[in-house]
Amino acid sequence: MKVTRRQFVKGGVAAFTVTFAAPEFLSDLARAQGARSRNLVILNLSGGNDALSMLIPYNDPFYYSRRPTLAVPAGQVLQIGSDASNIALGLHPRLTGLKQIFDQGRLALVQRTGYENQTRSHFLGTDIWSTADPNNSQGFGWVGRYLDSLPSPVDALVGWNATGALPHILLAAHTAVPSIPNPATYAFASPNGGAEATAERSIATRISSHVPVNQPELALVYESAAAAMATLGRVASVATYTPSLTYPNSGLGQALRAVAGAMVRGIGTKVFYVTTGGFDTHSAQNTIAANGAYVNLMATLNDALLAFYNDLRNQGLLEDTLVLSFSEVGRRISENGSQGTDHGAASTMLVMGGRVSGGLYGTAPNLNMDPQNPTLENNAGDVHYETDFRAVYASVIDGWLGADSVKLLNGNFRKASLTFV
Amino acid sequence: MARTPDRQIEHLLRRAGFGARPDELDLYGQMSVDEIVDSLVEFQSQTDDVDGKIGKPGYVGTTTRGVFSPNSNITDARQRWLFRMVHSDRPLQEKMALFWHDHFATGYTKIAGALGATEGTRYMAAKPSEDAGGVRGQLHLFRDMALGNFRDLLTAIAKDAAMLVWLDGRTNFKAKPQENFAREIMELFTMGVGNYTEQDVYAGARVFTGWNLQRPGSAADGSQHYEFFYSAAQHDTDAKTFNFAIYPDGGRTIPARSAAAGMQDGVDLIAALVANPNTARYLAKKLFRFFVSEFRDPDESFVNRIAGVFLNTKGDMRRVMREVFLSSEFWEPRSYWARYSWPVEYVVRSLKDIGWTGFSVDAALTPLSNMGQTLFDPPDVSGWPGGPNWISSATMLARMNYASTLAGNQRFNLATASKSSGTTPRAFLSYFMDQIATSQLESGVSAEWMTYLTMTGNWTGTDAQLQAKAAGLVHLIAGSPEYQFQ
Repeated sequence: MKVTRRQFVKGGVAAFTVTFAAPEFLSDLARAQGARSRNLVILNLSGGNDALSMLIPYNDPFYYSRRPTLAVPAGQVLQIGSDASNIALGLHPRLTGLKQIFDQGRLALVQRTGYENQTRSHFLGTDIWSTADPNNSQGFGWVGRYLDSLPSPVDALVGWNATGALPHILLAAHTAVPSIPNPATYAFASPNGGAEATAERSIATRISSHVPVNQPELALVYESAAAAMATLGRVASVATYTPSLTYPNSGLGQALRAVAGAMVRGIGTKVFYVTTGGFDTHSAQNTIAANGAYVNLMATLNDALLAFYNDLRNQGLLEDTLVLSFSEVGRRISENGSQGTDHGAASTMLVMGGRVSGGLYGTAPNLNMDPQNPTLENNAGDVHYETDFRAVYASVIDGWLGADSVKLLNGNFRKASLTFV
Repeated sequence: MARTPDRQIEHLLRRAGFGARPDELDLYGQMSVDEIVDSLVEFQSQTDDVDGKIGKPGYVGTTTRGVFSPNSNITDARQRWLFRMVHSDRPLQEKMALFWHDHFATGYTKIAGALGATEGTRYMAAKPSEDAGGVRGQLHLFRDMALGNFRDLLTAIAKDAAMLVWLDGRTNFKAKPQENFAREIMELFTMGVGNYTEQDVYAGARVFTGWNLQRPGSAADGSQHYEFFYSAAQHDTDAKTFNFAIYPDGGRTIPARSAAAGMQDGVDLIAALVANPNTARYLAKKLFRFFVSEFRDPDESFVNRIAGVFLNTKGDMRRVMREVFLSSEFWEPRSYWARYSWPVEYVVRSLKDIGWTGFSVDAALTPLSNMGQTLFDPPDVSGWPGGPNWISSATMLARMNYASTLAGNQRFNLATASKSSGTTPRAFLSYFMDQIATSQLESGVSAEWMTYLTMTGNWTGTDAQLQAKAAGLVHLIAGSPEYQFQ
């Protein structure tokens, strides 16, 4: 069931094409002259985020009756107004930083995003959100397809995966995205010093620059080694980045610190991928107590995004940046017997950035348990989607990346009411 | 007596174990393939005294911080497992344990988060004979049932303390059934996605209501521990209907039962899942990818045959694995090297190929995590994504850098062993290419290695030069693309 680079390998592509174009540095001079780059940061909330605990319909009585231990008391939520259906909404109390960004008009919350007949499987769900194709989720990732559409030669650092293994969303036919979980350890070691070490590195570089023909599996290894050797220097420059503030010590915080460093150094990367996990809260979800599981998830998300936002603002790069979140499954409305929530359907996506028109997009579900309730599905057990997730992707592709969403998504999913970009 | 060439032994042991130590090549070299397979699958006839060798001279080292505590400290548990992968004389037992660990992927981090680090390690890795409460950590369950009956294994895993925490079975109560385990037992452990519906997940959750934990024993003597407990009061006694056959007559409904008798629901469902033909095919394909090749789709004839053995023997994994290793598909030339090495396979095989004296497996733990594989902590319940997902620029750097660490650590041993071949760079290179098998090298690679041996000055063959060049060359070979396969 895993969809991997194997599909790529099996796809009959003869070999990876490794091209090392001159890095597209966006020099300080160019920037001073008004040149901007547009960076996309994909944020994966892995495990299935419980959107009803993040963006809370705090006046809905069913929110409280269906979540006796998980509902956040109305008095604690961070109120952010009402949506188009006049449902009053508030952010989780730990999202104080996101509330600031929302108040500055730079955070968009797109409610009830999903697709028809949503899977409840983590794995199939990840594939679908990655490929943007519910009917055939075995192909290349939509971000990978975007990278493939860029004019060649494509720089080896055009994408930056801040996790250890390449996620499906970055899987591409021609573009190999390096995985750089930690720029500081992204270095070439040698058992020897001096001339011996130099010789080893030069031989390893020479060997890896060769591309095996008609052996895609071997070519993948060669290409990965070559990408490593070709990017060591520029990544090292990111490792020395000193941010304008202290990032939290979480995995997400440190990943976003590296992303900011890559942007500040102007190494030419266009797409970044970061992830934070732990959202599969089947039990002891605890949305309220200090150090409760969901409180900690919100703390990680909030503190990392706020640091990133402020750092980029201080560096004058906020307007170059757009963060887009996704999560592979939604969660059930009613809590289960373990003070947790099982897998559900539609959810809320976050879009943040210096040129984002913030606010509430779409409408919240009404949590009334009437099986005919049109905002719900599965006998009113789950939230029914209102906005196809591909419409959100389309806005980002057309409005931010300047590409053609109809082509990339194999269909017209544009939705005029999504004006956040 | 029939003899088997090294090339075949190495292929078999890369798959049925973690590569071949020199003494294993000697031992198995005296046997025919049938005899080797017999010896591997009937591993219970080999004595199991490997843990007693930890800390002794002549074996790979471990690093202790205070007292070596593999039953209560996860770092030490990882070291003990790596030690066993290197030195056990039951390689297939360790390999199957890894296979099942990936199949029933359970993460230490969640267990430790719920119960604390000491208890977390206990339920993942404790050896029952060394635990005051007799706790059998999940790894030992996988070892004990490595080649047992799959239904016994699935039943044991449904009652396993770590699993009951990992997939929340401990809080599966009748008022609000917990779907986590019910979903994954169908999607990942048996039939595979597409062979069940959401309604089956809900019904399955109700089946396992009351499959919870209790905590007997005494805190004073350390015997207090969590263990499986069927809580009749928490069991949903109503009938449960599925979209696939539960009983041999095709019946799809588990009947309403009294609370006292309700544990039979789970027994019935597990039996149905094991007998379901989709399970046999799902496992046969997974076995093909793990043991035979991941570079081609599973051969239909293989899947039919292996699934048939599984069904006919009602899940006898010893019979199944014997069939896998004796299959024509396994021995086809295109199956050699037709898998990306998992990080632990790469690390352990490199120790067997290059040497271990003076090296501690502790030094492999951080590199393994950089390569994407932390034992006892798979990324999620579907296990490690594996295959090409192991390979990225970062993980290749991690592999090359680990090769550098090991080669540097072994430089004196390597220089001593290669001294008689140190007369010319050509002889020196041949020696190491013989010692460290790789998949077919791309043209030009060995010429580049030759260049490395000569590019920093004249060949003198002095000890100092051999030590530098042996370490540098072994770094390049073990870090080469062709060494990443198995």
